[in-house]
Amino acid sequence: MAEEVILIERLYKEYLTDAGPVPVLKGVQMSVSSGEFLAIMGPSGSGKSTFMNILGCLDVATSGSYLLNGRDVGSLDRDELARLRNQVIGFVFQGFNLLPRASIEDNVALPLIYRGTPRAERLQLANEMLAKVGLASHRNSRPNQISGGQQQRVAIARALVNRPQLILADEPTGNLDTATSKEIMALFAELNARDGITIVLVTHESDIAVYAQRLVRLADGRIVYDGPLANAAATHLESTV
Amino acid sequence: MIWAMFGEAWAAMGANRLRTFLTMLGMVIGVGAVILMLAVGQGAQQQVQASIASMGSNLFIILSGSVTSGGVRMGGGATPTLTLLDAQAIEELPSVAAVAPSSPGTAQMVYGPNNWSTQVIGTTPSFLTVRDWRLEEGFPFTDSDIRSATRVALLGRTVAQNLFGDEDPVGKTIRIKNGPYVVLGVLAGKGQSLDGRDQDDTVIVPVTTAQRKLFGSQFVGTVRFIMVQAESAEAMPAVEKSMNELLRQRHRIRDGADSDFTVRNLTAVANTAAETAEVMSLMLGAIASVSLLVGGIGIMNIMLVSVTERTREIGIRMAIGACGRDILLQFLLEAIIISVIGCLIGVGLGVGGALIVNKASGMSVVITIGSIVMSFVVAATVGIFFGWYPARKAAGMKPIDALRYQ
Repeated sequence: MAEEVILIERLYKEYLTDAGPVPVLKGVQMSVSSGEFLAIMGPSGSGKSTFMNILGCLDVATSGSYLLNGRDVGSLDRDELARLRNQVIGFVFQGFNLLPRASIEDNVALPLIYRGTPRAERLQLANEMLAKVGLASHRNSRPNQISGGQQQRVAIARALVNRPQLILADEPTGNLDTATSKEIMALFAELNARDGITIVLVTHESDIAVYAQRLVRLADGRIVYDGPLANAAATHLESTV
Repeated sequence: MIWAMFGEAWAAMGANRLRTFLTMLGMVIGVGAVILMLAVGQGAQQQVQASIASMGSNLFIILSGSVTSGGVRMGGGATPTLTLLDAQAIEELPSVAAVAPSSPGTAQMVYGPNNWSTQVIGTTPSFLTVRDWRLEEGFPFTDSDIRSATRVALLGRTVAQNLFGDEDPVGKTIRIKNGPYVVLGVLAGKGQSLDGRDQDDTVIVPVTTAQRKLFGSQFVGTVRFIMVQAESAEAMPAVEKSMNELLRQRHRIRDGADSDFTVRNLTAVANTAAETAEVMSLMLGAIASVSLLVGGIGIMNIMLVSVTERTREIGIRMAIGACGRDILLQFLLEAIIISVIGCLIGVGLGVGGALIVNKASGMSVVITIGSIVMSFVVAATVGIFFGWYPARKAAGMKPIDALRYQ
């Protein structure tokens, strides 16, 4: 349990604009151990999406170090980053990001193509994952034929299919109603509790964040709170009252 | 891996069928046009070459020329100046393969109830060698027929058909200008000459028979023209030179005076015709290739639009682990599949079109494996070439930018 999946030190990120460099992350320090369920919160513009993209190896930091599973992400090339995204990380996005023209089954099996898994095995694994999220009967549907909550379940199945150590979920309930949001969060909690998958979740809703055990609060590119959820809930309530 | 990418490319193409079809159409028309044009061009070329082959190879024809007498120039062929003895002398020259002195004329011939007027050529047995003319049946006359001026004849196919119909002419006797002639053989069909005459509408008799018994001659022993075959194409200039020298000497023509004969190189004329046909064939092919190029640019155009339109898809694929090579392969495969399938359909249409042209207009067409293979190679190359840039563009995208693209 003590094994560190994520170890981040003095992480800076600047965006170059016409008006000069704009700093977004200003020296972030964070470590996540295996099996943790972590929620990152913060107001718009606090840098949480940028932080998430860097965690997901979709974007690279300007300076600082990021060790994922003990590997220095900053020193990897494009192909090695792609392999990390494929085999270590599973993504769940706010907008689901399924391929609209492919069947549910093919969507879930897609990451396995880039791993070089043979077709029969791809479909078998995809169907296992679909069963896990309760959508086995929908495997031949298209994404636009099922509800938003079901689409997000498909996305979760896709994130799980390569058996990643880490799931990164960027506002996974942002497009869903309250009841469906609860179902999705219950699924995440179950994956964390039963399979021991490390989950990092970005959200701005505190009733979503309560499913996590630990809270990281970002403001203006810095971590302003990092600790157990219980205390945070109190401070959060104070600040909103 | 490659099969999985193939499947992804195929699925993407199936997702937008009309666009895929229209892109393919550019390729189909391009390849079809190239195959059709090459077929027609090579058909024309083959026709010309067949005509040339029917004429015989490495040929000269020596014609009686202008005779100048007391300052009056008589014009070409007005007086027969060439003799059988000239022909014999030419035969002695080095590199000369065969010599056929010839006296043509026109005569009416009769067999049973049928009669027919045609060209009669009085010549020697080597005429058949020179013209590369085989006998369909029977056998040729010989030098002894020449010496004794026997009344024998070889019939061209047209003549044989008109006089005999289905009957076998060999051994029968026909009447030419009221003289009886035994038909020794029937010549194989040669078809049209370069200038469109029916070469089979001819009767061949021994030259001496023609001179003494058929047409008579103002100047005994003279012939209208002599056909000469050189041993090889390379020997032709030397043969031409030595023939000129020999004949000027024999005809006692002073240095500087005009020759009383003309030597023409028939093969050179024919080769010009063949070259013209070849150039035409090349030009047709070149023009058709332009449409192939335009088809290729069409592929690039659509692929570029497609890459832009599917930026988000590319982002998703990259986010879940596709590396640049995977994306490159997918788009490249799409371009290649489009061009190869387009090419297959194009080959079908081109071959079909060529057969229709052949049926409808009677134009001869030649479809070679070479032209099909060439179109295939060109189409695949065009697909790779014009698919490469858009595929590179897709593969080079940053995952985060592609994913955020709206």
